[in-house]
Amino acid sequence: MSVNIVLVIVVGVMVGCGVTLCLERSLTRILVGFVLIGNGINIMFLIASGDPGTAPLIGASDEPMSDPLPQAMALTAIVITMGVAAFGLALAYRSWQLAGTDDVQDDLEDEFIRRRAETDEVSTTFDDVDEGLPDEYGSDEEEDGVHPRDLTTDAEAIDEDRR
Amino acid sequence: MSNLIDQLVFVPVLLPLLGAGICLALGRSAAAQRIVSIITLVLVVAASVTLLIRSDMYGPQTYNVGGWDPELGISLVADRFSSLMLVVSTIVTLCVLLYSIGQGIVEFGRDTPLSVYYPTFLVLSAGVSNAFLSADLFNLFVGFEILLAASYVLITLGGTRERVRSGTIYIIVGLISSILFLVGVAAVYAATGTVNFAQLATRLQDLDPEVRIMLQLLLLITFAVKAAVFPLYAWLPDSYPTAPAPVTAVFAGLLTKVGIYAIVRTQTLMFPGDELRTLLLWAAILTMVVGILGAVAQSDIKRVLSFTLVSHIGYMLFGVAIASELSYTGAIFYIAHHITVQTTLFLVAGLVEYRSGTTNLERLGGLARAAPILSVMFFVPAMNLGGIPPFSGFLGKLALVEGAVAEDEGLAMLAVVAAIVTSLLTLYALAKIWARAFWQPAADPEFADEAEHQIALDEEAEFGRTQWGPVGGSLHGHATVSTKTQQASSWQSLQDDQRLPLGMAMPTLFLVVITVLLTAFAGPIMGYTERSAAELLEQTPYIEAVLNR
Repeated sequence: MSVNIVLVIVVGVMVGCGVTLCLERSLTRILVGFVLIGNGINIMFLIASGDPGTAPLIGASDEPMSDPLPQAMALTAIVITMGVAAFGLALAYRSWQLAGTDDVQDDLEDEFIRRRAETDEVSTTFDDVDEGLPDEYGSDEEEDGVHPRDLTTDAEAIDEDRR
Repeated sequence: MSNLIDQLVFVPVLLPLLGAGICLALGRSAAAQRIVSIITLVLVVAASVTLLIRSDMYGPQTYNVGGWDPELGISLVADRFSSLMLVVSTIVTLCVLLYSIGQGIVEFGRDTPLSVYYPTFLVLSAGVSNAFLSADLFNLFVGFEILLAASYVLITLGGTRERVRSGTIYIIVGLISSILFLVGVAAVYAATGTVNFAQLATRLQDLDPEVRIMLQLLLLITFAVKAAVFPLYAWLPDSYPTAPAPVTAVFAGLLTKVGIYAIVRTQTLMFPGDELRTLLLWAAILTMVVGILGAVAQSDIKRVLSFTLVSHIGYMLFGVAIASELSYTGAIFYIAHHITVQTTLFLVAGLVEYRSGTTNLERLGGLARAAPILSVMFFVPAMNLGGIPPFSGFLGKLALVEGAVAEDEGLAMLAVVAAIVTSLLTLYALAKIWARAFWQPAADPEFADEAEHQIALDEEAEFGRTQWGPVGGSLHGHATVSTKTQQASSWQSLQDDQRLPLGMAMPTLFLVVITVLLTAFAGPIMGYTERSAAELLEQTPYIEAVLNR
């Protein structure tokens, strides 16, 4: 089996461009990169199928025919890539709706560690701020009613008294 | 009749897909969706149990989809290992489904449809089954894609800002690993001209050792990303905790184990040599140790559990690296044990969150008195995960360590030490949760609030973000509304244990019972995993079954 060098170069260029795009921050660019790599790999399946021949239909011709299996695989891969890319685009749009940008955000943990490093703090275990915040802007309602946690301390205080 | 039983292998893949279709059609009626999804998964469990019994008695069960030759078409095979994975995973999936139904009813009332949730959940189940049953590399890829696509939807359920943020990272990692897998499939096909496992088992041995190792590395890296093996695990602890509780639970139980399953399958069948033993052992050691150090440093229950999940993947990899019959026995047993225990713990974390409105250890406390049943439901699987004798976690670890000691080799000994240290640190991390959330009284609220307020102000100043969006275990992510009210009501009735909704508590309790049963029937189960390991290492039963010889 001889390998078609042009196809190999095409795969290299497509995957290379795709990887470069994947290293960007914007989700849309990452998706374009993903589609490029995906199509590059589909061409790789063409290389994997070996020497080209006639269409893989039994009885259509006496010439040796192409290997149909990689074609079936490439087709499946194309469909999957398309579906996932569509979902990714919807996600990018949603991210843009919510945040005004589709940049991929940093890991929260990274941000906390970086902040601690900057202030040279001793790590006193991670405090889940994002979970705390809904409480913060919900605090107006709580001032009217009883703060749920006050109840526990009250209950405990009563317990203490009893003892 | 016998014809029908032969086609049973197809059921765990086909039926959930069919159920998902019906669910989508019934999108307007939540009750009908619930009934269809429960019936579907119950039937799948029944089919899987039948497969387990049949594959143990008569050898691997096969089904060639569409009647094509196995060399050309898609064939599904259930040998002992596959069927055990299938049974455990479908039972866990069913329990999580019941739990999420309970949660859905509690949060939205009986009539509000979560129209996309149940179909996606069923598709996820189909993908997992397909990955466990497939007998060729490309169908394994398709199985992975089915379950990944479903998991993309589930992890961004509700589309809140927080979930979109963490989901984006998860999805990009998923995309990259899929691409890598595709490269692996293409490379394997180019080298051997087939993707069928059975044919690969014979043909790969004729290849150049260099080419073979390259293919092995390609596939290993792909599966290691999915299984969250060090150093490819960083995506997991960030993305899992923000998803709804049942979603996190099912991901934790199943998705990483599918990666481990693929590693075990390819290592035993396609690459039985020990060229990469040192690499695998180091990966196992580092996964165990780094993962558990991460868990120790966390102060949120869900994050601790995510890190223990990463860490305990190391045990399974440890068994794969040693690659003796005893170590595979331990690894397979450990996978079954870990799927149930880790899922249970995440469900309990969901209950804690429901009960107290948070899973943050700084703010939790006094649950042992307030919710004794919940405490027992946490304590039993936690001790199990920590590897306290007589629980199944201990038995699995014992088998793994025995397997390694029998090898009598320096690096294997180091791995044994790492395994024991990790086990102790797991116990430490879980004891920390137990002490803070359940045992000690609730933290001083003023102090906690003040500290949190300060951090919140810092956040805003530093990142210019005023809105972080709700987070937490709610199915649709509207946590601000629902858990606020829940929080108020649950704290008011702190002494009233009836508040734990039965729909959520019963499935969790059932899973706790299953983890205990795994311990009680450890003897027969260990015997079964031993037979599976022998079958895996022998290779011929699988190869003959696939090729219909």
